[in-house]
Amino acid sequence: MASIDIESVGKVYTGDVRAVTDINLAIKDGEFIVLVGPSGCGKSTLLRMLAGLETISEGNVKIGPRVVNQVEPADRDIAMVFQNYALYPHMTVRQNLEYGLKNRKTPKAEIDARVAEAARMLEIGQYLDRKPKALSGGQRQRVAMGRAIVRKPAVFLFDEPLSNLDAKLRVSMRGEIKRLQRRLGTTSIYVTHDQLEAMTLADRLVVLNGGKIEQVGSPLDVYHTPASVFVASFIGSPAMNLVKAECQGDKLAIGPATIPLNGYAPTSGPVTVGLRAEDLRVVSGEEGMPFAVEYVEELGSQRLAHGVVGDQALTIALSGEAEIADFMRIAIDPAKLHFFSVETGKRIERAENGAVAAGTRSPASVA
Amino acid sequence: MVENRPFLSFLTHLVLIVGVLIVVFPVYLAFIASTHGPTDFMSGLVPLLPGDQMMANYGYLLGSGESTAGAPPFTLMLLNSLWMALLIAFGKIAISILSAFAIVYFRFPLRTAAFWVIFMTLMLPIEVRILPTYKVVADLGLLNSYSGLVIPVIASATATFLFRQFFLTVPEELMEAARVDGAGPMKFFRDILLPLSRTNIAALFIIMFIYGWNQYLWPMLITTEPHYYTVVMGIKRLANVLDGDNQWNLVMTGVILAGLPPVLVIIFMQRLFVKGLVETEK
Repeated sequence: MASIDIESVGKVYTGDVRAVTDINLAIKDGEFIVLVGPSGCGKSTLLRMLAGLETISEGNVKIGPRVVNQVEPADRDIAMVFQNYALYPHMTVRQNLEYGLKNRKTPKAEIDARVAEAARMLEIGQYLDRKPKALSGGQRQRVAMGRAIVRKPAVFLFDEPLSNLDAKLRVSMRGEIKRLQRRLGTTSIYVTHDQLEAMTLADRLVVLNGGKIEQVGSPLDVYHTPASVFVASFIGSPAMNLVKAECQGDKLAIGPATIPLNGYAPTSGPVTVGLRAEDLRVVSGEEGMPFAVEYVEELGSQRLAHGVVGDQALTIALSGEAEIADFMRIAIDPAKLHFFSVETGKRIERAENGAVAAGTRSPASVA
Repeated sequence: MVENRPFLSFLTHLVLIVGVLIVVFPVYLAFIASTHGPTDFMSGLVPLLPGDQMMANYGYLLGSGESTAGAPPFTLMLLNSLWMALLIAFGKIAISILSAFAIVYFRFPLRTAAFWVIFMTLMLPIEVRILPTYKVVADLGLLNSYSGLVIPVIASATATFLFRQFFLTVPEELMEAARVDGAGPMKFFRDILLPLSRTNIAALFIIMFIYGWNQYLWPMLITTEPHYYTVVMGIKRLANVLDGDNQWNLVMTGVILAGLPPVLVIIFMQRLFVKGLVETEK
């Protein structure tokens, strides 16, 4: 059990290639942190720096009270689960689990007890004498987690552990990881590019882009008040609609349509406006934006209608039974609009009616 | 390919059978010759059926050796060859696997340069560098010794290269997992890389054993005492009788004796050998 402090950490590879810039993050003991972002955003690099597999170019990493910049991975009191499991192919499952403990000269009786406990917890007891080759993907994943659990480390590090599994298994393993982490109470850092995985697992989300933190917050905070255009487009499925618009007094002009803002106008002039597909609704009459449907995606529980308002592409999410015509009028509650600066892409807070907390880097409360 | 054309399968079998006959016939001839007495060849005709002198010929060569030709008993030469081939095979594997480990897993200055230097020695087999090597070995006082037989041929660029290629296919995460599991570099090498390379080591062992066994030029240069003769040289001694007719029956007996051990190694290690060359355990 330990807290982790990441202080102005950066990574520069040889040849002045900058992968990670000025990361500051305080992780509480027992917290489940998910690092999420597109490929190449530096999330794996950051994780590997915490693990000690990459050197830290700038800043400090503290695990508990100790600065671990120069400490070998084995001595950092961490355990890591790799994307391709990295099980030792020539060893049986039992030997795989025991290896790290043996290297630490743990007494035999204790090794046996811990392996038995982990095997029971992960239900891999009947595979202990098999080699990894004879296991399915899901079973290998469990063994990889078992190898981390038996060590009883202060921190678990997960590097996209579920991305080699099929969709169904991924959902069930996701649940298991969350359950296990709750039960063990071990501080965990989890890297993924899958925003759904990130939303469901995290106590706190860290959204990374281009080696920098875009936003830190609980999954709901990040979903409801994205701090930037990037976060808005990355978190949530279907992705948030982002359209060019203009604030004209108390009205917002999107293409040919104008929406009354009812006093929500945060600024004036051109803005980028974010509209969640699920916040948009179909209205009858002449009110609302003219929406020309181009095609419909059927998800069973939902129907996603893709179309345009003027020259701006929009997606709206409707219930499974909803009727979709070629041309509809749509509207949105002005309170549910997200405004972003055109120049910086940062969120513009609504001046009045500031009911929603600022989406900046304030450490949000744990859900 | 699934094809059913009788003429084609007849033709392919014919080609294969003729090929096998061409390869096997000289060996058969050598075996037949080794079972006859010395006078059976004087007529110039080689008999095609086994004679009755097999025990006598083999017993003579293995026991006392052809002393008039200056060859020690074959038992001694076979042991010399075995000793040399084993030392070369094990030495080559030990040295090359460690060099490959260093080249693949450690970042040190001039790492790539080191690899290319090793790789370039592929172009310098023993025959090319034989004079300078002889000079060095002679100056070191290693003539007529097992060290002199083995050391100049003990480094292998081929084996280093093969091990390097194999190590590159081992996922990097294994090394990282081992680091997190508290295994230092040598422990990782011993516990993980070595077991994974098992089939490669077996395949290379066979190749290198045969390479060592078949060494001819080098042992002939640096051994002048019969005590250090290897069996491949011994054949030459047998065939090189002054003032007299070659005893072809004995020469052929020697050929069979020298050819047998590599064949046995291949027969008994064939499974590992094929496995090592075609598949990796992952």
